Amino acid sequence: MTPEFAGSQYIIEIIYLIASVLFILSLRWMSAPKTARHGVWAGEIGMVLAIAGTLLHHGIVDYKWIFIALAIGSGIGVPLGLVQMTAVPQRTALSHAFGAFCVTLVGTAEFYLRTPDVPPFMMAVICMEVILGSLTFTGSLMAAGKLQEVLPQRPITYKGQNIVNLGLLAVAIAAGVYLVMHPGMKQLFPVMVVIPLFFGVFMILPIGGADMPTVISLLNSYAGLSAAAMGFVVQSKLLIIAGALDGSSGFILSVIMCKAMNRSFTNVMFGAFGQVQASAAAGKEDRTVRSATAEEAAGILAAANRVVVVPGYGMAVAQAQHKVRELYDALTKRGVDVRFAIHPVAGRMPGHMNVLLAEADIPYDKLIEMDDINGDFPQTDVALVIGANDVTNPAARTDQSSPIFGMPILDVDKARTVMVIKRSMNPGFAGIDNPLYYLDNTLMLFGDAKAFVNSIVHELAGNAH
Amino acid sequence: MNSALIDGLFVFMLAGFIGFEVIKRVSPLLHTPLMSLTNALDAIAVVGAIVLVGEHKSNFSFILGVLAVIAATSNVVGGFLITDRMLKMFKSSRPTKP
Repeated sequence: MTPEFAGSQYIIEIIYLIASVLFILSLRWMSAPKTARHGVWAGEIGMVLAIAGTLLHHGIVDYKWIFIALAIGSGIGVPLGLVQMTAVPQRTALSHAFGAFCVTLVGTAEFYLRTPDVPPFMMAVICMEVILGSLTFTGSLMAAGKLQEVLPQRPITYKGQNIVNLGLLAVAIAAGVYLVMHPGMKQLFPVMVVIPLFFGVFMILPIGGADMPTVISLLNSYAGLSAAAMGFVVQSKLLIIAGALDGSSGFILSVIMCKAMNRSFTNVMFGAFGQVQASAAAGKEDRTVRSATAEEAAGILAAANRVVVVPGYGMAVAQAQHKVRELYDALTKRGVDVRFAIHPVAGRMPGHMNVLLAEADIPYDKLIEMDDINGDFPQTDVALVIGANDVTNPAARTDQSSPIFGMPILDVDKARTVMVIKRSMNPGFAGIDNPLYYLDNTLMLFGDAKAFVNSIVHELAGNAH
Repeated sequence: MNSALIDGLFVFMLAGFIGFEVIKRVSPLLHTPLMSLTNALDAIAVVGAIVLVGEHKSNFSFILGVLAVIAATSNVVGGFLITDRMLKMFKSSRPTKP
């Protein structure tokens, strides 16, 4: 190595060091909405520095194609950055897929460049990179397809599913282990790439829409870990750091989601969810349900002092968030205290409801987490549930036979009046009956969320004159 | 086993701990933008792909590298863009609206 090369190598490493600091600061600033945008800027500066630094790399002979690829990638990235807020979950899943795709391709290229002289540790990280990368790639594509509803959202299960899935994964890992011991067995490598691709598909088949927040977080974690593994392969400490940050972020989010659904982490790790639906729908007798019109609902809301709105995925589907904002305005103008109760797994990804409501210009200090608002329900005049179901189901507290028993819920049933906007009495996506609807203090508001909120807003405006 | 790999393990361990401590403090309000931000940061994998393309050691690695750069760059650009768009929307009720 000539001194000149060593010099540029030092510069590159220093640039990577600065980028690492900026990445950590970037996440640090995400702790509060006030500083969060600085976080994005720090991340952007770090990224530009790192890419520019990499271009100084002495081995680079071909710049033309780097810039072409960067330009094409930016061309794809811009529309992906401009999607509607309701499409954010599928966009996120798609970007996990892209990240994993990149990692898998680099791992594959590195393997064929280095084989057959790959030391065992290096081979082990290549195997990890490629297995995690390819299963995350197809898994995330499947998740994106389910979220975009190009694939059926309901879980697809069959007998022995877990055995088939774990068997596939075991074969891929066995191939990896064999490669570590016999690095010359080049022909095993494609097996190790292709089998996790199938595993990724099968892993997501049994997963229903309600489990998506956990799954997206988990895929996020896998994407991060595979990138960290790639960092070992290409010996980039910056990439190891970014991958570790992403991996731990996805991990923490998965744990939060698991806790919010009362599922154990192993349960999630083995993809054994979506089995909830079987035991549902049994034992239905005729119970009476009270329903109300928009006019009656508006009257009750106008007379209330404290209202808590509980949004769920149904609000996102009906695109009702802007109408909800009008309702918020109308009630606030009358002096009603309106807040929003956010369950951690409401929606299709962590924080989904917050983004939708923020998009509708609802101030973030009115969005209250479950643990902070649950104590306030007994003093709440009206709890208005819009498109949320399982997260309000009191059976989770009381009915040991319920599939969601033990799941922390929003205690809306403790409010003086509960109003639930719902299309019909059909049990929700998971097929679990919700005793909330039959309580004496519950009023069902049947209709499309957006249309119904709109008519309440109209009634409120009418009463004012 | 060479020392670079051991160094890497130390870096991974430390970064993992920092990640835990830092991300634990992120407000649940911002979990969606957090995920899109970490996704964009993760796309720093583009540096490895750039080297593959630039070094052009074999046609195979070159082609995979070009695809990898495209995939990662779209995450960088799209990820930062949407994160910023989301964060722009979060407003407090304190500054009163006209």
